[in-house]
Amino acid sequence: MLLQEAAAAGAHPLAGTAAEWIWLVPILPLIGFLINGLLSLSSVAKLGPKNPAEHHAHHGDHADDHHDAAGHAAHGHGGSHDDHAQPARHRYAAIVSLVGPAVLALSFLLTTTIFIALAGAHAETPFVKRMFSWIATGNMGIDASFQVDQLSMVMAMVITGVGTLIHIFSVGYMQDDPGYPRYFAYLNLFVFFMLVLVLGANYPMLFVGWEGVGLCSYLLIGFWFSEKANADAGKKAFIVNRIGDFGFLVALFLLFANLGTLSFAGVNAGADQLAPGSALVTTICLFMFLGCAGKSAQIPLYIWLPDAMAGPTPVSALIHAATMVTAGVYLIARSAVLFSLSPVASLTVAFVGALTALFAATIGLKQWDIKKVLAYSTVSQLGYMFVGVGVGAYAAGVFHLVTHAFFKALLFLGSGSVIYAMHKAYHHTGNHDDAQDMRNMGGLRKFMPVTFILMWIATLAIAGIPPFAGFFSKDEILGSVFARTHGSTLADATWLGIPGSTMLYAIYVMGLAAALLTAIYMTRMMLYTFHGPNRTGEAERTHLTEAPWVMTAPLAVLGVLSAVGGWLNLPAFFPAGPVQALHHWLEPVTGQAALRVTKGAEAHLEHSTEYVLVGIAVAIAAIGIAFAIARLKPQALVTKSQSPASEGFARVLEEKYFVDEGYDKVVVQPLLGVSRSVLWKGMDAGLIDGLVVNGSAQLARGIGWVGSRMQSGQVGTYAWVLIIGVVAVLGAFSLR
Amino acid sequence: MPYDLGIPGQLTLALAPDLVLLGGAMALMLVAAWGPESAARQRTVGIGALVLCVAVLAMVIAVAIRQPSAANGVIAVDGFRWAADALFLLAAIIAIALSIDYNPREGILAGEAHVLTLFATGGMMLMAAARDLMVLFLGIELMSIAVYAMVGLNRRSPRAAEGSLKYFLLGAFATAFLLYGIALVYGATGSTNLAEIGERIAALGLSRSPMLLVGIALLLVGFGFKLAAAPFHMWAPDVYEGAPTPISGFMAAGVKAAAFAAFLRVWLEAFPGVYTEWHKAVWWLAATTMVVGNIIALQQKNLKRMLAYSSIGHTGFILVALAAGTPQAATAFLFYLFAYTLATMGAFAVIIAVGQSGGSGDRIEDFHGLWHSNPGLAVAMMVFMLALLGFPVFGGMGFFAKWYVLQAALQAPAPQTRLAIILVITSTISAGYYVWVVMVMFMKQRATDALRIPPMPAMTRWVVTASVALILFFGVYPEPLVRLARASTAVGIAPVDGGPASTAALQGQ
Repeated sequence: MLLQEAAAAGAHPLAGTAAEWIWLVPILPLIGFLINGLLSLSSVAKLGPKNPAEHHAHHGDHADDHHDAAGHAAHGHGGSHDDHAQPARHRYAAIVSLVGPAVLALSFLLTTTIFIALAGAHAETPFVKRMFSWIATGNMGIDASFQVDQLSMVMAMVITGVGTLIHIFSVGYMQDDPGYPRYFAYLNLFVFFMLVLVLGANYPMLFVGWEGVGLCSYLLIGFWFSEKANADAGKKAFIVNRIGDFGFLVALFLLFANLGTLSFAGVNAGADQLAPGSALVTTICLFMFLGCAGKSAQIPLYIWLPDAMAGPTPVSALIHAATMVTAGVYLIARSAVLFSLSPVASLTVAFVGALTALFAATIGLKQWDIKKVLAYSTVSQLGYMFVGVGVGAYAAGVFHLVTHAFFKALLFLGSGSVIYAMHKAYHHTGNHDDAQDMRNMGGLRKFMPVTFILMWIATLAIAGIPPFAGFFSKDEILGSVFARTHGSTLADATWLGIPGSTMLYAIYVMGLAAALLTAIYMTRMMLYTFHGPNRTGEAERTHLTEAPWVMTAPLAVLGVLSAVGGWLNLPAFFPAGPVQALHHWLEPVTGQAALRVTKGAEAHLEHSTEYVLVGIAVAIAAIGIAFAIARLKPQALVTKSQSPASEGFARVLEEKYFVDEGYDKVVVQPLLGVSRSVLWKGMDAGLIDGLVVNGSAQLARGIGWVGSRMQSGQVGTYAWVLIIGVVAVLGAFSLR
Repeated sequence: MPYDLGIPGQLTLALAPDLVLLGGAMALMLVAAWGPESAARQRTVGIGALVLCVAVLAMVIAVAIRQPSAANGVIAVDGFRWAADALFLLAAIIAIALSIDYNPREGILAGEAHVLTLFATGGMMLMAAARDLMVLFLGIELMSIAVYAMVGLNRRSPRAAEGSLKYFLLGAFATAFLLYGIALVYGATGSTNLAEIGERIAALGLSRSPMLLVGIALLLVGFGFKLAAAPFHMWAPDVYEGAPTPISGFMAAGVKAAAFAAFLRVWLEAFPGVYTEWHKAVWWLAATTMVVGNIIALQQKNLKRMLAYSSIGHTGFILVALAAGTPQAATAFLFYLFAYTLATMGAFAVIIAVGQSGGSGDRIEDFHGLWHSNPGLAVAMMVFMLALLGFPVFGGMGFFAKWYVLQAALQAPAPQTRLAIILVITSTISAGYYVWVVMVMFMKQRATDALRIPPMPAMTRWVVTASVALILFFGVYPEPLVRLARASTAVGIAPVDGGPASTAALQGQ
């Protein structure tokens, strides 16, 4: 395997080009992490005190701890502002502002260079840059190596590109936080792991990245950890992801046990040994999908993502919208060969995706927290991506991943800009209201015109209005589902007794329904936030202003991308331009697998059918927007504190179907009960402490007692034990 | 470039590193004895010993690169020997560096302390080189007598005197077994040369000879004592606790490594033909040692005693690889010992740094809340503990060390599945005391009357920093070390030139 790879690399058209420097792409953010991490360590204790009296009271050995906690508690977020002291800017804020985004920008430049080299090379096989042998033992040889191919480079472009913009935005958003260097250290570390995830050339490398981004996600969700709710949200994300990671690991074990390799090249080559549709390959794929469901927030493991909004808003944009949560989609696209062998697993992926898309969209209808709306919207859109990769339209899934990264990052950053303005206004007057609740906003278009326009672009994009980015990608996915209802391996398979084609029609309808709801809840969010009268408060209103350019400039770039991102992959029936560019670009990676699903035929519908489908999709989006504008009355809204509790189904939606409560009753409480009564009281305290630990202590004490009884003293005892040993060894030799 | 060991000049060449070390040690002994004891003289001798060790280490590396070889003789000239020598020298360098700071603090001003370390190291190098039971015995005695004296260096401490005497008495006892074993093996085969013994066992069909088997059994007892394998381990906790702390580390790492190196060579070169006969004894030795070491360590309140039992546990882990009896075991063994040496000596270095004059610093209370007073030391100790536990990433190469031993045990022609299971279970048990140290450092409060920990002396600081750095580095990037270990055991140590019966015997299992 090593030899094959080495031979392939030697003759590869990318050998000797910029692709040789691929390792530097993740290393640059790692360097940023080290610098910012050191800065955050070295100066916390020297930070100027906000309240001298308080500082002196805590002066002592543990000054750092207290100070750290005090700093965060004072800043907090949401409705937690207790003091009106001047924010304490970190003493190294200037260096951090430079280093944090700069490493990302450099990384982006290098990625672009390699991307161009790859585009020029027309490489049919991936270029693998082997760094060193990481785990080499017995029959297992795993290299630390990076893979340059069409899929990994698209992902790297999105991560470094959108990542750079979000880093720049963060400079404005987070500058006054006492934990500023720590924030950038985590953010850089996240990008490092994310790049390892997508650039690694084998599953273990991917897994390292997978766990690493999980760690960073935990750290950043709980960034303001002095508030218990934030720390709990971080823990929830981490624990729910463990369930998924268990599935991923089992899938890897099964892969290694059956194919004897874990490199992408090896698995792709060895997949032929797995019988199509066999129980084995279905098991592997389903376990892998369990991992994806955890990381990418699909039913039933989506519950952590809405809570993850406890982190700073740029984090939500980068990790919980644009990059990390799409890792599951990437994993399936990367394992396309395996999934194409198992129609049952693929149908499961698509169905769970469609269900999630619809389910999360209904919850999004009744959320009041602007970030919660976007969180459920993200869950819903991730569902769309899984529909795409589930039905074997891998390029379509990745296409939606890319456009979603543009418009959802824009929406999140835009909401960040809104929250920033609300925060500042409340801060000036000492108001403790919730800065994220839409009932406290309204009419913001007058105060924040740039954010207002850009967020409408993103809203039209996500709703699927042409010619914005989301229209093309969503249409591509729905069209692919429709195209596979006949003449594909999926249509021929049965899923729990239901014919595959029936399933695909159901998925298509669910997708359309979700599209309708998406248009409605997004319009609702825009109406309540930016239109109608302002509800922020008389005193606060004068302080509402547009965010500084360092925040609006990244928004503008994302606005352009959201508007034209669809041109990456124009539909085949489009009269002008290079059609299906991304589709053809990804062909070397996923083309074969996609063809297997469609039984070797290019899955294209008649152009007339396509026009009808597109017409339906656009009509549905337009109806949704029109419906929302017609029915919702921002004028009638009252602020959060004056709002009555909702009733009936609205309350069920607002409370997210009580899923969290249900999990708590069915899973968490029984588990805690068992842990407490059986594992802790019974096993740990009773058996282990009581019998094993104390028992062995008793035993050793007993031996000691026997020893002390022997008059010859300890050396004599030792000699005796030695003699017993000699007899035992001689016995072992004679008794074999 | 093969040496002909029959020619005196070439034999001298083959022994050059050992001779330079011992010659230098004698010269330093004269320097130490030249005038009255003083801190300055102690330091001068110590620095001289350090320089000598580094020079010999460089020499060993230079020789190893040329890959010399030799036909069967009394001295082995192969990669395994150079790798083992490098390990011993590393242990010696760390021990001497720590002693330079530690000895004056405890009032040990004799420069001879360092010279004794050099003599012991010379003995170890001879043990790794020996291809003849007589040379082996010479090496063992050279090492042991020096170490007996080193344990009792602190004449004012009753515990040191007690430990030294116990070690000497029991050591003499065990040496008798070893020597008797050698005599019986010679009686059965008519040779003390390892290769010849192997050949004759095969040629004469001696695998059933009681004289030979009893001889091997007694040799096993002798080695078991030096390795501190249960039930021959009783001396270790008392001796480690009484000895000056750097010497405890040197014994836990260097002496054990030397005994293992010799053990491995004798068993793989002389006795592969009787694998089925000795396998059961080694199997039980490994199992007992793992269980006894790790379980008793759980209830130790003194860190030096805890580390002593932990080192017994590690002896058991390495014996698992040996029970497999393959050249891969030798590779795993080299890697394991490198990781283990760094982690154990690092842990002893932290104990030295935490302690005050008079020998405290080894109670678990001394580590309570260390993170709050000395975060650097606490993090270093955490790395050492996790490395000994075999924890991935934060335990650095400790994880891979255990992994390779498990692999060697499971992928042998005769897989040691049950031993591997015991290894994993006892490793889990060992978390009980390793993680406990980490827990008290980070989660307990420092006692209010705890003495301030003085700033670390330069040498100690270097040892701790370098050990942490190496452990973490090779934990991410173990390849070069693995390649070295593999290359070192590729030729020479393999039982191919030990006897034709070896492969058949292994496959017969």
